[in-house]
Amino acid sequence: MTERYVVAIDQGTTSTRCIVFDRRGQLVSLAQQEHKQYYPKPGWVEHDAAEIWRNVERLGPEALRRAGATIDQVAAVGIANQRETTVLWDRTTGQPVGHAVVWQDTRTDTMVSELDTAPGAEGVRHRSALPLATYFSGPRIRWMLDHHPGLQERAERGEVLFGTMETWLIWKLTGGLHVTDVTNASRTLLLDVHTLDWSSESLAFFGIPRAMLPEVRPSIGVFGTATAAFPGVRIGAALGDQQAALFGQTCFAPGEAKCTYGTGSFLLLNTGSELVRSTHGLLSTVAYQIKGEPAAYALEGSIAITGSLVQWFRDQLELITSAPEIETLARTVTDNGGCYIVPAFSGLYAPYWRSEARGVIVGLTSYITKGHLARAVLEASAWQTREVVDAMNADSGLALKTLRVDGGMTADNLLMQFIADVLDVPVVRPLAAETVSLGAAYGAGLAVGYWPDLEGLRQNWHRAAQWLPTMEAGKRETEYANWQRAVARTFDWIQA
Amino acid sequence: MQSIERAAAVLRLLAGGAGRLSLGEIARSLDLAKGTTHGILQTLRKVGFVEQDRASGQYQLGAAMLRLGTGYLDVNELRSRSINWADPLAARSGEAVRIGTVLEGQVLVVHHVFRPDDTFQTLDVGSLLPMHATALGKALLAYGATPPASLDRFTSRTVGTQRELAAALQVVRECGWSADIEELTPGEASIAAPIRAYGGLVVGAIGISGHVERLCDSRYHPRPQLVANVRDAARAVSRDLGAARR
Repeated sequence: MTERYVVAIDQGTTSTRCIVFDRRGQLVSLAQQEHKQYYPKPGWVEHDAAEIWRNVERLGPEALRRAGATIDQVAAVGIANQRETTVLWDRTTGQPVGHAVVWQDTRTDTMVSELDTAPGAEGVRHRSALPLATYFSGPRIRWMLDHHPGLQERAERGEVLFGTMETWLIWKLTGGLHVTDVTNASRTLLLDVHTLDWSSESLAFFGIPRAMLPEVRPSIGVFGTATAAFPGVRIGAALGDQQAALFGQTCFAPGEAKCTYGTGSFLLLNTGSELVRSTHGLLSTVAYQIKGEPAAYALEGSIAITGSLVQWFRDQLELITSAPEIETLARTVTDNGGCYIVPAFSGLYAPYWRSEARGVIVGLTSYITKGHLARAVLEASAWQTREVVDAMNADSGLALKTLRVDGGMTADNLLMQFIADVLDVPVVRPLAAETVSLGAAYGAGLAVGYWPDLEGLRQNWHRAAQWLPTMEAGKRETEYANWQRAVARTFDWIQA
Repeated sequence: MQSIERAAAVLRLLAGGAGRLSLGEIARSLDLAKGTTHGILQTLRKVGFVEQDRASGQYQLGAAMLRLGTGYLDVNELRSRSINWADPLAARSGEAVRIGTVLEGQVLVVHHVFRPDDTFQTLDVGSLLPMHATALGKALLAYGATPPASLDRFTSRTVGTQRELAAALQVVRECGWSADIEELTPGEASIAAPIRAYGGLVVGAIGISGHVERLCDSRYHPRPQLVANVRDAARAVSRDLGAARR
């Protein structure tokens, strides 16, 4: 019998990857391409959606070639994508309207703070289970409609379409199917998270015409059949990248949590079929929905800047030449030397949600070397995780027992050990660091019967590495207090 | 090899000059066509000997050039680049995976993946293994690492003399992979293959280790399927590091 595979498209913030997985959930081949980041003004971040689609078209066949596989060996394709990034395009020509506005972009901050106190804002917050923040797609659509002449009218006539990245890719893959999945839709502020459909009241609040919105579908279930990039292959799943990682880590039961360390870091806790509303600055979000079943929900702690702090250290300060060298540099010293970096580059996300905060480096003395700065860079990711875990424990009333981790930064042993130390729980990496892609593959494979059920997927999960806490409790508390004092110094920097 | 001569001239020019030079300046100084110069600079940039300033587009000597005498591939970078291929090796073989590189006459473990049976295991990244008594060490020795002066004996099967070692390494070079069968620990075996970067340079080794009954057949030979798994993983990492397919 010929081996069959599932392919995942991981459309991320900095790059797009196509990964071929086998029945064990193991990576067979990978093809990757970075795309250009546009920073037209401070706080603005854009992508060219057309470039991203061209990358997918090229990477799909490339990944199959590297696996030595043909298209008829592909059982299904799944998509995991950067969330909240907003694409508008012309229904007839398929051409994007301007650049896509990326999730890190804060251009809508003035608008959002005005909307936050407008009549009807409370209803939007309640239905979406989200705070009004620049992070989400809804305000970006409003901004784009306001800043392109005539766009509002064209959107009302259904000539201009909205999508997050998975919607854009499915539209291109199928030649015109306009759909989204519940996880991506739950990040727009426009979805009613209970009915899992667009809320007319929320659409009216933002003045966004329903005609431009995609149809909301379950995350796992056949969306359609591709005609480009993977012609003839069924698209079995689409999930926001963080929800995909939760699925890839097989966190199917309430109480199971994972943290993915990438550009930003995202801790998600499965709360089952019940939506838990946070009182500690976390987001309530849809975890996934399998076709024909009720949705599973999650609590999410989003940290804006973790891996991108290392990239900043590499590209802007030029103190290292590659990201992994941060560990080498950090190991030239034994501690942070009293130095702390709080990377509030575009404000702080969970649990603070302070868009006016900006980054600080504190504790500088003539003693500080670049080694201490490298330590402070890594420690910032760990302390931000600690703050989110504290909030999650408070919201759920349960103490996290172990943290499942994934993402590129899990290759950094010093960071993983430090996370175990500051959380005081074991940190575990599964035998598949690429859990975002794996989650998309799992979903797609389930949808077409490549894998039988969730239990079958669980059996693929194995522990590949574990870091146990070794830090003395007194030191942990002192360092945490220092970190929190450093965080307080970032507040109120941008003045209205 | 005119191109090597020209590359050497470019490096000397950049080393002797006052900081960064533009493509035009380099081409003029060496009396070369711009296209030729550009090709040389791009290759030198790829291997890290030259860096290009992002803002001005000018060239200068790269960090790799300055580190020629010391380590060549950062160990944390090696781990980061191989992590995606070490996991499938552990899954397919059912055994623990380690990646090693040379540190002062020993094997430094730079990456470790647990045996995927969910039993309690501890990470031994950063620990040191003897070169002559492990598959990882033999894979590194066979392709240029300096052998240790004294060959400590760990079991009755440990390679005991430099002559024996030379013969064993010759076999490794012929097969392209290495093994240790109860040479470090009774009852344990390991299989490894070299990781190559651009130009074929061996920068590390990747291997599996476990009970000798699982890794070897009844005649004490490493199981061909496991050897193939190890070599596939080594090739995949090498390809990502820029080695040509071989």
